[in-house]
Amino acid sequence: MAGRALALITAAAVAALALGPLLVVAGSADAGAMRPADWAALRFTLVQAALSAAISCLLAVPVARALARRAFPGRGVVVALMTAPFILPVIVAVLGLVAVFGRAGAANAVLGWVGLPPVSIYGLSGVVTAHVFFNLPLAARLILAGWEAVPAERLRLAASLGAGPWATFRLIEWPLLRTVLPGALAVVFVICLTSFAVALTLGGGPRATTVELAIYEAFLFDFDTGRAARLALIQAALGLGAVGLGLLVPMPRLAGGLGRAPRRWGGGGKALDAVLIALAALFVAAPVVAVVLRGAVHVAALPPSVWVAAGNSLLTAAASAALCLLLALAIAIGGGRLEEGVGTTAIAISPLVIGTGLFLAVIPFVDPAELALPVTGMVNAVMALPFALRFLVPAARRIRATQGRLSASLGMERWTRLRIVTLPGMRREIGAAAGIAAALSMGDLGVIAFFADAERATLPLQMYRLMGAYRMDEAMGAAVLLTALAFGAFRLCDGWGARGAGRAWRVRRAAA
Amino acid sequence: MLRLEGVRVEREGWFLRADLAVPKGAAVAVMGPSGAGKSTLLSVIGGFEEHAGHVLWEEAPIDGLPPGRRPVATLFQDGNLFPHLSARRNVALGVRPDGRLGARDRARVDAALEDAGLGRFGDRLPGDLSGGQMARVALARIAVQDRPILLLDEAFSGLGPALKAEMLDRTVRLAAEGGRTLLMVTHEPEDARRICPETILVAEGIAHRPVGTEALLSDPPEALRAYLGT
Repeated sequence: MAGRALALITAAAVAALALGPLLVVAGSADAGAMRPADWAALRFTLVQAALSAAISCLLAVPVARALARRAFPGRGVVVALMTAPFILPVIVAVLGLVAVFGRAGAANAVLGWVGLPPVSIYGLSGVVTAHVFFNLPLAARLILAGWEAVPAERLRLAASLGAGPWATFRLIEWPLLRTVLPGALAVVFVICLTSFAVALTLGGGPRATTVELAIYEAFLFDFDTGRAARLALIQAALGLGAVGLGLLVPMPRLAGGLGRAPRRWGGGGKALDAVLIALAALFVAAPVVAVVLRGAVHVAALPPSVWVAAGNSLLTAAASAALCLLLALAIAIGGGRLEEGVGTTAIAISPLVIGTGLFLAVIPFVDPAELALPVTGMVNAVMALPFALRFLVPAARRIRATQGRLSASLGMERWTRLRIVTLPGMRREIGAAAGIAAALSMGDLGVIAFFADAERATLPLQMYRLMGAYRMDEAMGAAVLLTALAFGAFRLCDGWGARGAGRAWRVRRAAA
Repeated sequence: MLRLEGVRVEREGWFLRADLAVPKGAAVAVMGPSGAGKSTLLSVIGGFEEHAGHVLWEEAPIDGLPPGRRPVATLFQDGNLFPHLSARRNVALGVRPDGRLGARDRARVDAALEDAGLGRFGDRLPGDLSGGQMARVALARIAVQDRPILLLDEAFSGLGPALKAEMLDRTVRLAAEGGRTLLMVTHEPEDARRICPETILVAEGIAHRPVGTEALLSDPPEALRAYLGT
């Protein structure tokens, strides 16, 4: 079983990339007692993640319920909108959120007009707002998938029994939420534990610093590698806890059937559902629209440094997507539960921790800036691995189940089978996985912040620097460029997959 | 001669035993109640089932061989074609499983398609063909496969009665022309009568040695009687 061996080696390499830097970190950690600032960072990390998870899921329930109950023109667009934040570069979203919720933004104008005190987009409220922006759509999709998994017969039965809203809730909706919500909460919580870019841009200061941000600051501002390493160990422990959490809670499945027509019998509340859907769509769309409206005119006048950074980002994203695809394919096609588990666990790994370890490991030998782009691409590939596996593992399983016996009975050799059957059969999922990996890498602002110097930057980092220098017009222009590149890369890969697979999919249905 | 010696498949609370022989070139039906192990019997011969005992072809054991190296071609109930490959490429895989054909091989593939009445459809994907055409593509592949044993596991069961009869007749002709040995799982006594002089009864954990189909069906044992409803 050479396929299995390859999968095992791949999983071992992924584990080594995650754990190796951790050993380096452990070796250089300052064993001194935790300082008050360390405790504050830990506390803030947990509090903001818990708040973000709770608010995201709480708001997602009525939105998902409304989407599950209503058929209306544009429903497909709203559902698609709910997937957009996932590939939207964090730094772009932050810029958009500042534009909408900042001191001079539209949200505070409305609040002031109503007579309410203004909200702040910085500090705890800002970090949580950004996390809700990213994760309310995710949670809504997870819950919606659960809703759509409810058998139509059960809804029909409830309707034929004349169940009112309360009875429907008790019979159908509550049992559904009880199975879906814990997983959704856990996923959002874990994601919010390791979202460096949000903390970097909207957090900061003694009261709003996450552990990851503290690592970064200890490194770059205080040159205190001992403290940075100690904090990295704390962050790693958080990640380990998150993995444990993942084992305890059943993880929700994100089914593909988001476009399914909703069914519903009786009941009212149409106006309320419409308002909820409109508010959610507005919340997700407004920041992006704000960025595009203000930035589009500045794209043509962007300085050369931004274009150089864009080139770096393109190269890094392409290499990262290719690497991620190789890793994911090796695991999905040859691997079993063990390898898949290792790959999926990468979701809890902090890029900052890996970055810290790699930085400490290479600094005796080379200038880390030399390695900025390769390291970024490599770390991004591992970060995207769980999402790529989500597409590729079921696809590989499907090919094995439906075409495995036929391939075997024809006597196909392993590589022949891969070339003729497995890879072409997975084309659609390969395209989607590559698209996600490329878009995530394109928008990533994490490990690059560690390694880059003035010459070598990716587009998100360059944009962050422009924001820091208060060159907002150029930052807005760069944001438009970055958004176009991230979505363009996704569309390119995803479209490639769908083009070849469209016919084969029709076939599979016909043959079934 | 295809021989099964002391073959035994065991699963939790279920087993199948087979000690039987099928003469070379015979056409044999496999009948019995659902779940008795008809498909399992074919899987043992095809190499898809772990089992004890031995499977021999022409007195040489083949049970150590992977499915693709056995002298066996199988038509499954469904999934006999790769949906993303054209009819021609599907047939070509029967000549060379890596799909790399020389000029002679290509001519053979085209001839097989022509024989199946699919000369014009070589470039179509299976999904763009009718059910009957898909079945004919699969048969064209079997024709170029040169395997002396042919297994049909409820193949064509998705087709209507007339089409199914046509495909079975094509299969029998194919088997007769190549001197192939045919084993065919079927639920239809009529199909068995029409095509297979002998039948293997699979019931109550045992695959019996082949007996005359007519005699078996006119005086069925208890297990078969309940299944047939006669």
